[in-house]
Amino acid sequence: MDLRTLTYLVVGASFLLYVGIAIWSRAGSTRDFYVAGGGVHPVANGMATAADWMSAASFISMAGMIAFMGYGGSVFLMGWTGGFVILALLLAPYLRKYGKFTVPEFIGDRYYSRLARAVAVFCLVICSVTYVIGQMKGIGVAFSRFLEVDYATGLLTGMGIVFFYAVLGGMKGITYTQIAQYCVLITAFTIPAIFISLQLTGNPVPQLGLGSTLAGEDTWLLDKLDAIVVDLGFAEYTTHERLSTLNMFAFTLTLMLGTAGLPHVIIRFFTVPHVRDARSSAGWALLFIAVLYTTAPAVAAMARLNLMQTLEPQPGQHLVYEERPEWFRTWEATGLLGVDDRDGDGRIEYHADPEVNELVTLDRDIIVLANPEIARLPNWVIALVAAGGLAAALSTAAGLLLAIASAISHDLLKGMLMPRITERQELAASRTAMALAVLGAGYLGLHPPGFAAGTVALAFGLAAASLFPALMMGIFSARVTREGAIAGMLAGIGVTLFYVFQHKGLLFIPGTEFLGSLPANWFFGIEPNAFGVIGAALNFAVALSVSRVTAPPPASVQVLVDSIRVPVGAGGAQQH
Amino acid sequence: MTVSDKPESTLEVRDGRAYWHHNLILIGTLLPIWFAVSFGCGILLVDWLNQFRLGGYKLGFWFAQQGAIYVFVLLIFIYTWRMAVLDRKFGLDEED
Repeated sequence: MDLRTLTYLVVGASFLLYVGIAIWSRAGSTRDFYVAGGGVHPVANGMATAADWMSAASFISMAGMIAFMGYGGSVFLMGWTGGFVILALLLAPYLRKYGKFTVPEFIGDRYYSRLARAVAVFCLVICSVTYVIGQMKGIGVAFSRFLEVDYATGLLTGMGIVFFYAVLGGMKGITYTQIAQYCVLITAFTIPAIFISLQLTGNPVPQLGLGSTLAGEDTWLLDKLDAIVVDLGFAEYTTHERLSTLNMFAFTLTLMLGTAGLPHVIIRFFTVPHVRDARSSAGWALLFIAVLYTTAPAVAAMARLNLMQTLEPQPGQHLVYEERPEWFRTWEATGLLGVDDRDGDGRIEYHADPEVNELVTLDRDIIVLANPEIARLPNWVIALVAAGGLAAALSTAAGLLLAIASAISHDLLKGMLMPRITERQELAASRTAMALAVLGAGYLGLHPPGFAAGTVALAFGLAAASLFPALMMGIFSARVTREGAIAGMLAGIGVTLFYVFQHKGLLFIPGTEFLGSLPANWFFGIEPNAFGVIGAALNFAVALSVSRVTAPPPASVQVLVDSIRVPVGAGGAQQH
Repeated sequence: MTVSDKPESTLEVRDGRAYWHHNLILIGTLLPIWFAVSFGCGILLVDWLNQFRLGGYKLGFWFAQQGAIYVFVLLIFIYTWRMAVLDRKFGLDEED
């Protein structure tokens, strides 16, 4: 069977599964819709959180980025996993005890202020929309690639499917669909990795293969890779850091705090029955995530090695262009891989020096998708990878849309503007909000105003700078006041947006950046994507200082804080 | 990160404060480990650790791309387990 038919079949079957699950687990009440009735088993919730969490960025982009960043790519590995420790120890159990539906609802109650709640809705919508646009773009690219249609058609198809099951099922549908999606995406990621590790090192476990010798030789795989890349003038794979030690530190911490502060992940912990389940559920989620995150560095290094050896099988023996493999031709057609034979010798020379290099275009995002083809794996594996990438993008988009919809219908409409609406009307409002969010994100994905790869990391920076400090201080201090929290959130998100816009352009529109994207203008050499941690520090500092000079919170706040700190009793804020 | 010392004296509240104090000690034990394996071994001490090897891995590189993640998973499960013990001790474990 040819690859295209097979891809249609595998992707089609996986979609039927997701839609089937969405219909089967249709939400009946607002409680079902927002938090799946609060009855999801912690292991199941952990798996759904893992799928929710791992987006197209984790599945498609990350290993490719690491393949070219080497050690510097560790910021993504540590940053996107370490945040779960913060979440499990500092936020999830207490927010579960608080026991309501949304993140802004907690902020509004803890800071006894509707304005604080509105500011939280504002921050949440900015973070989530930034993130969801990146997903929509990923969905559009993936659909157009595998269905061989143009980008716009691909995006519209994807929008339709996201809309269908997110709107119909709410959290209940999303939870069960995401469990299926986790299974699809993890199988799709690990099977090629196992094959490739076996081919290169004879060890079927990629995590061990990466630390093994090459099959039939006594050279360590990583030493060989270091030697090859250094030979061609690139930085050493295992030691090359990302810009500077300080920048790596800031980038990792930003991604960690952002992970803990992103609302679509936090609300997942509202769906489990008990406080202790919120703790263990974070552990299960991270375990399921770690399966992909510890495999990714192996995929990265092995793909880089395979690529280098394909291009230069023996030192000095460059690949003859006319003899290039089939996958090379396919990807050349997409424009993501490009060759310019400058010296006209009919061979492709890949080198760090741009004067000599003839492999002029090499998009990092193709590494994971092209990997099975480079390793000559069977077609069904390639079709599976397509289904996996789509599962990753769709599950995250659905989770984000739910967070946006609940913030708008539950916090903005029911909580502030129209407190008298019935449950049925609220449900209708959140479905409408979700539909509008799909259309809005789809529109921005269709006409991206220069939105680039930085958007996803930016979403983390914004969450780290705005929501995370407000939530943490709300739990760990009863002294932080309404004024402090509001000023802190606005200062944090404001300075982060300002820093990013001044270097990357207002709303990312090229040409409007007023300090230029020049590293020379960066604050202590910290790149814009890593700036969220500075915003977070400012948020903490502003909130704590303002709280010192404003009237202390009312006694009811002390009661609320005491109540969320213990798993049962004392205040019983569990039910509405 | 303050434990407020407002003079409220019902047994329930005092118990809650003692429970919270134990929780803070546990968090204060686990977060330094979280910091040490990632920011410590994976970033600040990476060059020094790279002189040691773990099979084909340089040790600092291993922490940054493998080891830190394994420790993170362990830390959450240790926290879950210790807190379950604490919940029982204070009679705060939830009924099913």
